[in-house]
Amino acid sequence: MRSLWKMTLVEMKLFLREPAAAFFTLFFPLMVLLIFGSIYGNAPTPFFGGYGSVDVSVPAYTAMIIGSSGLIGLTVAMSMYRERGILRRLRATPLHPLTILSANVIVNFLMTALGMLFLIFVGKMVYGLRFAGDPLSVIAAFTLSSLSFLALGFVLAGVTPTARTAQVLGMVLFYPMLFLSGATVPLEVLPPKMQQYVLVLPMTHVVKLLRGVWIGESWSQHWTEVGVLTAMLVIGVAISAKTFRWE
Amino acid sequence: MNNNIVIKVDQLHKVYGSTVAVDAVSFEVRAGEIFGMVGPNGAGKTTTAECLEGLRDPDGGAIQVFGMSPQKDGHALRERIGVQLQTSALQERLKVWEALDLFGSFYPRPVEREQLLEQMGLTEKRDAKFGKLSGGQKQRLFIALALINDPDLVFLDELTTGLDPQARHAMWDMVRGIRDKGKTVFLTTHFMEEAERLCDRVAIIDRGKIVALDSPESLIRRLSADNRVVFTVEGKFDPQPFLQLPNVTRVEPNGEKVVVHGKTNQVVVDVVTMLVSNGYRFRDLRTEQPNLEDVFMALTGHEMMD
Repeated sequence: MRSLWKMTLVEMKLFLREPAAAFFTLFFPLMVLLIFGSIYGNAPTPFFGGYGSVDVSVPAYTAMIIGSSGLIGLTVAMSMYRERGILRRLRATPLHPLTILSANVIVNFLMTALGMLFLIFVGKMVYGLRFAGDPLSVIAAFTLSSLSFLALGFVLAGVTPTARTAQVLGMVLFYPMLFLSGATVPLEVLPPKMQQYVLVLPMTHVVKLLRGVWIGESWSQHWTEVGVLTAMLVIGVAISAKTFRWE
Repeated sequence: MNNNIVIKVDQLHKVYGSTVAVDAVSFEVRAGEIFGMVGPNGAGKTTTAECLEGLRDPDGGAIQVFGMSPQKDGHALRERIGVQLQTSALQERLKVWEALDLFGSFYPRPVEREQLLEQMGLTEKRDAKFGKLSGGQKQRLFIALALINDPDLVFLDELTTGLDPQARHAMWDMVRGIRDKGKTVFLTTHFMEEAERLCDRVAIIDRGKIVALDSPESLIRRLSADNRVVFTVEGKFDPQPFLQLPNVTRVEPNGEKVVVHGKTNQVVVDVVTMLVSNGYRFRDLRTEQPNLEDVFMALTGHEMMD
C-alpha cells in the first residue's frame, strides 16, 4: 500500500510538471468553454431542450477530457515508460506490476475529474450553469466513462511498438471523435443520418450518457451507452492484461 | 547449499530465435567477492545477468540465488538484491530525492536516504531532475537505487560504459566500497582493464560460452606470456647481443622503436644494462605486462571488439 501511495504521489507530481498533459486536461477545456460561452452565452433554447449552450457543453467537454486522458495521455505515458526502460527498472524491484498500472489509472482519473470540476466551477461562476441531475449518477457515469477510456488507452499502449506510434494512433482515434462525437460540436448540429453513424464512436456514448445524467434523465434511457462503455471496459482490461509488455 | 555460495548456475542455456545467447554456462559466486563476467558486446553477459535477476526466463539449466529460483521466487529474491541495468531510465522530471523515496517504498527496510545521497556524492543534486543529470550522475543515482534496500547481492551491468576515465575510476572505488561493506557484487563489463583492476574473480565469456574462470592474476600467470620492454633508440640497433641474454625470447626492431620480449621481470634490468654498456642512446623506455586482454586473445583467438 505504501508503494502504491508513493507511486501515485510521484505520478501526480510528474503529471503537473508535464506542461502539455496538464494544459490539455485542465486548462484547454476551460479556454474552449470561455470562448464559446462568450459567443453563445447560456440562455435556454428549445434547440437544447430548454437548456443553454454552456449547460450542454460542460458534460460534453468532460467527455473530451476523458477521451484525451485515455487515448493520448495514458497511452503516451505508458508506451514512453516502456520505451525508455522505466518499466524495466521497476520490474527489477519487488513492486507488483498492478501497482504501476493502478497509480497511472488513479492519477489520470483524478486529473480528469479535476478538469471536470474546473469546468463546473467556471461554468457556474461565469454562466450560471444549470444542473438538474443527481450528483451520484454523474459521478457513476463519469467513473464508468473514464475507466473505459483508460482501459482503451492501455490497449493502445500494449499494441503499439513505440511511443511515437502510440501517440499517432491515439491522435488518429481522438481527433475525429473530438469533432464527431458531440464533445465539441453538439450532436444536434449533425444531420439525422450522421447522428446514427457517429454511434460507432465510443466517445459519442460518453457524451450522450454524461449529458443525459447531467439534466436528470433516468439510467433506463441510457442502457445502450452503459452497455457499450461497460463492454469496452471489460474487453479493454482483458486485452491489456494479455498485451502488456515490460519492454 | 553451501552458505558461502550466493549464486549457483548450472548449464544455463538461453536462445533468441536461432541465436544461442548463452550456451551451457556454469559458475558459482561466493559471498563477499566481486565477481565479473567479462567479454565482448553480445557475448551473453547481460542475458546471464538478467536470468539471475529474474528478468528473463532461461531455456535450460538451473539457477539458484540465495537458494531461490529467480524465476519462481522472484518477488522474495528481489527484496534481497540490488540491480543496476545496462539500459534503463527514470522519468525525465523525477527529482533525485523523489526517485530514492519512491524506490525505498518498495522495500520493507530502506536505508537512510540522505546518507545514501551523501555516499554517492549526490547531495548537491538531490533536487535536480533526472533529465538534467550528467551520465556519471545518472549512473551514481542508479547505484544508489540498487543499494536502497541494503541488498546482500548487487548486480552491476556495464557500470562504466560511456563514462570518462576519471568517473570510471571513481566508480571502481565505489564498487570496492560496496564489497568492503560485506556485500557480494556481480558485474559485467566489456572493459578488460575494469575486470582486471576490480574483480576478485572473472569469468571470461565469448559467444555464449565461458572460456576461463579464475582470479585475474591467476589467469594472467597461467598464460605465462612475455613481459615486454619497449624503447626508442637513436642510431643503428643491433639485436644480436640482446638475443644472447638469458631471459629474452624475442627482439622486434621496428625502425627506431624496439620491443624486447622476455620471461621474467629480470629482463628489464638486463635490457637496460645492455643498452647502457653498449653505449646506446635511448628514450621512452617502458615495460608492458601481459593483461587480461592477452588472456582473452590467447583463449579465443580473436581480439575483443569494442
